[in-house]
Amino acid sequence: MDITALKIRDMRAALDKKEVSAAELADAYLTRINEIDGSLESYITVTAEEAKAAAAKAQTIIDKGEAKPLTGIPLAVKDNICTDGVKTTCSSKILENFVPPYDATVMEKLNAEGIVMLGKVSMDEFAMGGSTQTSAFKKTKNPYDLGRVPGGSSGGSAAAVSASLCAAALGSDTGGSIRQPAAFCGVTGMKPTYGRVSRYGLVAFASSLDQIGPIAKDAHDCAVILNAISGYDYHDGTSAKLDVPDFTAKIGQDIKGMKIAMPKEFYADGIDDDVRNAVTEAAKWYEKQGAVIVDCSMPSLKYAVAAYYLIASAEASSNLSRYDGIKYGHRSEVGDSYSDLVCNSRSEGFGDEVKRRILLGNYALSSGYYDAYYGKAMALKQKIREEYAEIFKGCDVILTPTAPTVAYGVNENISDPAKMYQADICTVTVNIASLPAISTTCGYDKDGMPIGMSIIGKHWDEATVIQAADAYEKQFERIPAKI
Amino acid sequence: MSAYIPVIGLEIHAELLTKSKVFCTCSAEFGGDKNTRCCPVCSGMPGTLPIINQTAVEYAVKAGFALGCDINKFSTFDRKNYFYPDLPKAYQISQLYLPLCINGLVPIEYEVDGEKKTKNIRINRIHLEEDAGKLIHDDLNGVSLADYNRCGIPLIEIVTEPDIGSADEAKAFVEKISLLLQYAGVCDCKMEQGSLRCDVNISIMKPTDTELGTRAEIKNLNSIKAIGRAIDFEIYRQGKLLDMGKRVVQETRRFDDNRGETKSMRSKEDAHDYRYFPEPDILQVNFTDEDLDAIRAKLPEMPYKRLERYLADGLSETDAKIIVNQKILSDFFDTAVKAYSNPKSVCNFLIGEMMRRINLGEVALDNLPFTAEQFAKLVEMADTDKVSKNDAKSVFRTMCEKGGDPEEIAKAAGLLITNDTGKVLEVIEEVLAANEKAVAQYTGGDQKVFGFLMGQCTKALKGVCTPKVIKEELEKKLKSL
Repeated sequence: MDITALKIRDMRAALDKKEVSAAELADAYLTRINEIDGSLESYITVTAEEAKAAAAKAQTIIDKGEAKPLTGIPLAVKDNICTDGVKTTCSSKILENFVPPYDATVMEKLNAEGIVMLGKVSMDEFAMGGSTQTSAFKKTKNPYDLGRVPGGSSGGSAAAVSASLCAAALGSDTGGSIRQPAAFCGVTGMKPTYGRVSRYGLVAFASSLDQIGPIAKDAHDCAVILNAISGYDYHDGTSAKLDVPDFTAKIGQDIKGMKIAMPKEFYADGIDDDVRNAVTEAAKWYEKQGAVIVDCSMPSLKYAVAAYYLIASAEASSNLSRYDGIKYGHRSEVGDSYSDLVCNSRSEGFGDEVKRRILLGNYALSSGYYDAYYGKAMALKQKIREEYAEIFKGCDVILTPTAPTVAYGVNENISDPAKMYQADICTVTVNIASLPAISTTCGYDKDGMPIGMSIIGKHWDEATVIQAADAYEKQFERIPAKI
Repeated sequence: MSAYIPVIGLEIHAELLTKSKVFCTCSAEFGGDKNTRCCPVCSGMPGTLPIINQTAVEYAVKAGFALGCDINKFSTFDRKNYFYPDLPKAYQISQLYLPLCINGLVPIEYEVDGEKKTKNIRINRIHLEEDAGKLIHDDLNGVSLADYNRCGIPLIEIVTEPDIGSADEAKAFVEKISLLLQYAGVCDCKMEQGSLRCDVNISIMKPTDTELGTRAEIKNLNSIKAIGRAIDFEIYRQGKLLDMGKRVVQETRRFDDNRGETKSMRSKEDAHDYRYFPEPDILQVNFTDEDLDAIRAKLPEMPYKRLERYLADGLSETDAKIIVNQKILSDFFDTAVKAYSNPKSVCNFLIGEMMRRINLGEVALDNLPFTAEQFAKLVEMADTDKVSKNDAKSVFRTMCEKGGDPEEIAKAAGLLITNDTGKVLEVIEEVLAANEKAVAQYTGGDQKVFGFLMGQCTKALKGVCTPKVIKEELEKKLKSL
């Protein structure tokens, strides 16, 4: 069997039993990246030398019998997570040559575990998009069909996992950016509760919504990574001062009696039949196992996309103001004055989608418009949180489609931003409400494209979400991408 | 020019004396080599996040207590967005919606044509925010350089209601704020180093007007004198415009210290839209009553308390106020009194001698060559006749020039009074021997010559003996003749 297709815990066993060395494992991935990534375009930067050195270091730890769950495991990292000494571009020309002088907290934690980082993977520019086609560098393709998008914004992470170009990857999720590409690429992606994982070192898109999380081959692997990256961090004032439970703890426990809510608005007209049917079939399976399906409603869902785009873009317009060409990043050669320099650097450095959102965000925050836009959006945020709280009074988890469609063609949808934004309907409320959610594959359409379902949990209850996803995955036969 | 009423409000920025910056752990000390006191957080690197410095919050609350404010038990931070090369994040973390402190009241005293006046100035709010960096413009090479050391130094902004009616009131207010912040121990208020800066909002109106006039904002005044001059100029400028039937334009102006004039920086149309919104990276600050009590308990003795203490110690109100109104002087006085517990005496020498030399510019209060303890010792020596009152002044002059221990200085100068009776008797013998005629007059009943003989002895015994002892010994000797 190809070792690159193994799950993390099988890889762990193979490494610990010395059936494979950390170096062999890293080499297998690097070779595969060389062979395949030319057409898949998931990696922006491959850190082959660093990976080999990390593998050697990991091997000495393994040899001493001191291996931790991720020691020697080759991972890919989304290119908006700062890596000391390794370029972190956010798929933007404006950060094309930006080399952070520090590691994100998640990288410090993973490095302490002895992981082998294979490289940095592509994304939509500044995580804005759902296709990875707004990347200034690598417009990643879907491993199931190179003519289709991998989703986004963590499209590089999901595609690399799906094509076995890494054991697992880190992504970030602001409005679905982990879950939707995981769904499109037929893998599992987890967005933790806001505050579970430190954001320090994650290049900010929308600070109140951003959260780092894993994309892996299954829910169990996601739990293993989540165990390593979670916890309070002094450097992130919004990280929670809570003990981190073992996220694998509930795996294998009976789901009999688990109450699963299906808010009807998530299954309405905008959802493709194939998707609705696959998720409904999954619900039936859960019911057969003894779970209880609960009907419920989220009336505010129809406003969620508008609220999300106002909040996220408002925060983004501020977060992205620091890219002014003064201290780092792209600086225009044109212009004599300070305002020319800033204007030209940003005009040249940012892509269209980023500019669109900066404009939207600035507009929403402008005096005279603040109350009508940002103010209203914040009120909706409160409403959506209340509706979730109400639903969770009667259930343990919520089941929804991850996206209204399967992965679409690389040239579709790009000319209609409003339509693109509407495709985030299934995922954005989770970020607005700070909830944990996982996306896993629940079926394939007639073209063999994966369909994702999302399981949303209560605050800090990742373990139940993982338990529910794992139960389904254990009986569901995945069809790996043929690449 | 007809009479107008000026309506003035101030915004005062004060740098807090915390060891580290407000959102990272870099040193907050003034100065340092360029860009040596900054890190990824305060220089706005992608991915970094602010962490609130609890001491800065505490200091801001202390300032609130010192200025008679209410403290918001629930306070939040907001982002103020604007582009400027000294602001690497392109937004300043500040507080718009729920500042730490609100509704303060600061009493001021000032004089108009020798007449003492008092007034209460209301404080609208005090909020906590971060300072920006500094730009260094090198015109010779046509470049501008940025120094980020000051980025993230904690600032409080004190905003008054428009209660100030003249340059004198404004100056008295800033002096009072400076005093209160220094006593609270939260700011050193060195305007020349920029640790206290002032913006003035000013409009004028006729006594019969019912609405306020259009205001101008004068930015970044960095001395009390400049505040007064800028206000006076602005009253003159706006009055002249209105007299000519013109309108005052709402704008931001800066003060040219050399010309004593304000100049337009930008009009309302060019004013920034700061696009404030809640800072998502910092959770709200919550206080319990216990938290606030604990902070209030840490507030040092404030000036009015110290004034009460000095008056109880028997100082005159004039003297007590002179001392209290300069914290550094007051601290010096307290230390001296601790070493020699005679407040009135210490005060007299301090006001009479030390302040005289300070006002002459011979010594500076913030750089005295002697300690408060040495000063106290000198006062005590004069009080206990170890040195004559007159000689004490000359010893003090030496202390001001070179510093040093007053006893050693007095000794070296032969001014130390030892009351050595052997020596006294010796001198008396000599004086009497040299003035036989006078002695004869005295013994003949002419008591008037005693003064002459006494003078001769005192002259020869300068620094050795007090006149009292000389007198006793001389009388004794003459009687025995």
